[in-house]
Amino acid sequence: MSDAAGLASVLATLGPEDGTLPWPRYRLDRESWRGLIARLATVDWSLVALWGEEKTVQLALRDEVAGTQALARLDCPEGSYPSLAAVRPGAIRLERAIRDLHGLDAEGAADTRPWLDHGRWGAISRLIAAAPYPFLPVEGEGVHQIPVGPVHAGIIEPGHFRFHANGETVVRLEERLGYVHKGTERLMQGKTALEAARLAGRLSGDATVAYAIAFARAVEAALGVEPPPRAVYLRALMAELERIANHFGDFGAICNDAAFGFIQAHATVAREGVLRAAETCFGHRLMMDRVVPGGVAVDLAEAAGPRVALLMTELADSLAYLMRIYDNKPSLQDRTVSTGVALSELVHRFAAGGFVGRASGRAVDARKSPGYPPYDDLDFDIPTRSEGDVHARLMIRIEELKQSFRLVEQLLERMPQGEIRRELPSAVGGGGSGEGIAEVESFRGDVFVYVKLDGEGRVIRCHPRDPSWFQWPLLEACVENNIVADFPLCNKSFNCSYSGHDL
Amino acid sequence: MWRLIAKTLVKGPFTIAAPPPSGDGLAELASRVDSAARARLGRSLVIREVDAGSCNGCELEIHALNNPVYDLERFGIRFAASPRHADVLMVTGPVTKNMAEALKRTYDATPNPKWVVAIGDCAFDGGLFQGGYAVVGGVKEVVPVDLHIRGCPPTPTQMLTGLLALLETVERPQP
Ligand code: SF4
Repeated sequence: MSDAAGLASVLATLGPEDGTLPWPRYRLDRESWRGLIARLATVDWSLVALWGEEKTVQLALRDEVAGTQALARLDCPEGSYPSLAAVRPGAIRLERAIRDLHGLDAEGAADTRPWLDHGRWGAISRLIAAAPYPFLPVEGEGVHQIPVGPVHAGIIEPGHFRFHANGETVVRLEERLGYVHKGTERLMQGKTALEAARLAGRLSGDATVAYAIAFARAVEAALGVEPPPRAVYLRALMAELERIANHFGDFGAICNDAAFGFIQAHATVAREGVLRAAETCFGHRLMMDRVVPGGVAVDLAEAAGPRVALLMTELADSLAYLMRIYDNKPSLQDRTVSTGVALSELVHRFAAGGFVGRASGRAVDARKSPGYPPYDDLDFDIPTRSEGDVHARLMIRIEELKQSFRLVEQLLERMPQGEIRRELPSAVGGGGSGEGIAEVESFRGDVFVYVKLDGEGRVIRCHPRDPSWFQWPLLEACVENNIVADFPLCNKSFNCSYSGHDL
Repeated sequence: MWRLIAKTLVKGPFTIAAPPPSGDGLAELASRVDSAARARLGRSLVIREVDAGSCNGCELEIHALNNPVYDLERFGIRFAASPRHADVLMVTGPVTKNMAEALKRTYDATPNPKWVVAIGDCAFDGGLFQGGYAVVGGVKEVVPVDLHIRGCPPTPTQMLTGLLALLETVERPQP
C-alpha cells in the first residue's frame, strides 16, 4: 500500500484547499466525498476524527505510511452526508453523535439509533421522549441477559452494559453510553479561549493535563502563538506525571480485580506520592488549570526539581518490587494472560490509540507522530506487543512507566529558563481569530482538538475527540467468549473514559 | 514472606506517615474522625458512591480515600457496592439530565436513615457546567443534600474533614 498516492495529494485532486490550519484542509463536494469513501476502502489511512457543525461535517484522516494528516470538509445544506461507517467502522458512533447533536444524517448509516441523546434534553433533543432503547437481539438456547449500570458497583463512572451470556460465557456485550453528556462543546461556545480552557481541562478528569495541552496547542495554532520553551517543558513534565499516576493506579486496579489487593495497596501509595508531588510543584493534585493557552499558569519552584527526580528513583524501585511479585504469581497471570484479546486487525480498523493499540501491535503515539515539542528533543521509546490481551496491556503500561521516568529526568535536566506564558493576541488588541488543530498523547491515547475562534478570541466551535471513541467498541469485541467474571479485568485494562467520550 | 513482615515492622505502615510526608495534619484529623465515628456510629458507616455526571476528577480523589495513606476503613467507614447497604450516598458531578433518574432511583433504593453528601463544585451548583442544556445542576435539584464538600476536586483531606463534620453534627436516628 506504500505506493498509493499520499493523503494530501488525493484530497487535492478531490477538492480545493481551504483554510490555514496546521493540517491542510480540502473542501469537498458530495461526489468527491463519495470518491474519498471509495478510496478509503483500499488504503490504510486512519480515521482521526469526524464531527458536525451547522450544516457541515469535518473529517480528519491520517496516512499511516507517510505519517501525514489532512482534513476534509463537506457542506451539507440538505442535512445529510454519505456515511463512512462501511469503510471506517470507528465512524459509526461518531455519526450517531453527529445526528444527536447537529441533526445531520449519515446516508446509508450502519446504525441509526441515537447515541448520546437519551430523549431528556428538552428542546435540543431529537427524540420525542425517552423511548425504550432497542438493544441488539441475541437468540439461542439458554442465552440470558445481564444488565449492568448505569450505576455500577464500584467508584466508577456511569454507563450501561448489556451482556448476553450462555452460562458463564459472554456471547455479546453491548455498551450504552451518554449518561454523563454535559453539553461541553456547546458550553465552550462564546467563551474566551482562557475560559474555555477550564472546560477542556474537565472533559476527562484523569487526562486533564493532556486535554489542557491539546486545547492550548489548538488555540496557539489558530492564533499563531508560540508558547515559551520553559512552558513547553513544564507542560511535558505535568503530562508525564499524569501518565505515571494513572498507570500506577490502573496497574493496581487490574490486579485488584483479580482479587490481588496487595499490589493495589502499593500502587495506590505510589500514585499518592505522584499526586502529592504534583501539588507541591504546581499547587493542584491533578494539575487542573495549570496549562493555559499561551503557556502555563504556574512555574516550578527551584527546590521542587530535585525532589521530583528523587521521586522517580523511588517509583522505579517500587515498580521493580511490584513486578517481581506480579511475575511470580501464576494465579494472577492466569487471569490476565490470554484474557480479553483485542485482535490486531480490529485495532487497526478502528485506529485505536494508546496502550490498547500498542498492546495489539499498533505502534502509534502522538508524542512521536505527528510529534510535538518538547518530545522531539527527548529520548524515549514506544513499547509495543502483539498479544493484545489484558497482560499485554498491563505490560505496555509498565514499559511506559519506565519511559516516563526517563522522560521526567531529561525534562528536569534540560529545563530551559525564562518566561512561562505569552499573551494571546486577542488580549492585546485584535487578531484573535483563526482555526487550529492539535493532537496530544494522553495516558489513554491520542486526544484530538479542533478549535475555531472569532475576531475577539472567543470560541465559535470546539470539538475535542477522546481516544475512547475508538477503544470502547474494541472492549465489546474483546469480551466475547470470555467468562463474565473476567469482564472487570478486560474493562479495567482498557480503562476507557466515560466523561471524555460522552462530553 | 518473612522479608515482607520484617520490612513492615521496620518501616511501619504507610498510613499517615506517607511518602513524602505531609504537613496537612492528617494524623490529628484521623484521630478526630475516628473518635467521632465511634461515638456516633459504633464504628460502622457505609457509603455508596454515585457519579451523576462528574468529569471523573472527583472519583479519582474519592478513590484516594481508600489508599493506605488515608485508609478510610480504619474508621469503620467503607464503600459498598449497593445502595441497599448504604447509610450515605456520596454524589458527584453536575447531575446530567441523562443521569437524573438513575440518581433518584439510587436514592430511593437507599434505606432510611440516610444522608447525602455532595462532593465537588459541580455537585454543589453545577460548577462550570451550570446552565448547559444537558445538565440539571447541583445534586440538591434532584435529591436532598445534607452536606456539601466543595473543591474541584476536593482533596482527600478536605473530604475527611467534611465527613468528620457530618459525624459530629448528625445523631444516628433511631430506627
Ligand atoms: S468538581 Fe471538578 S473534579 Fe469534580 S466533577 Fe466537577 S469538574 Fe470534575
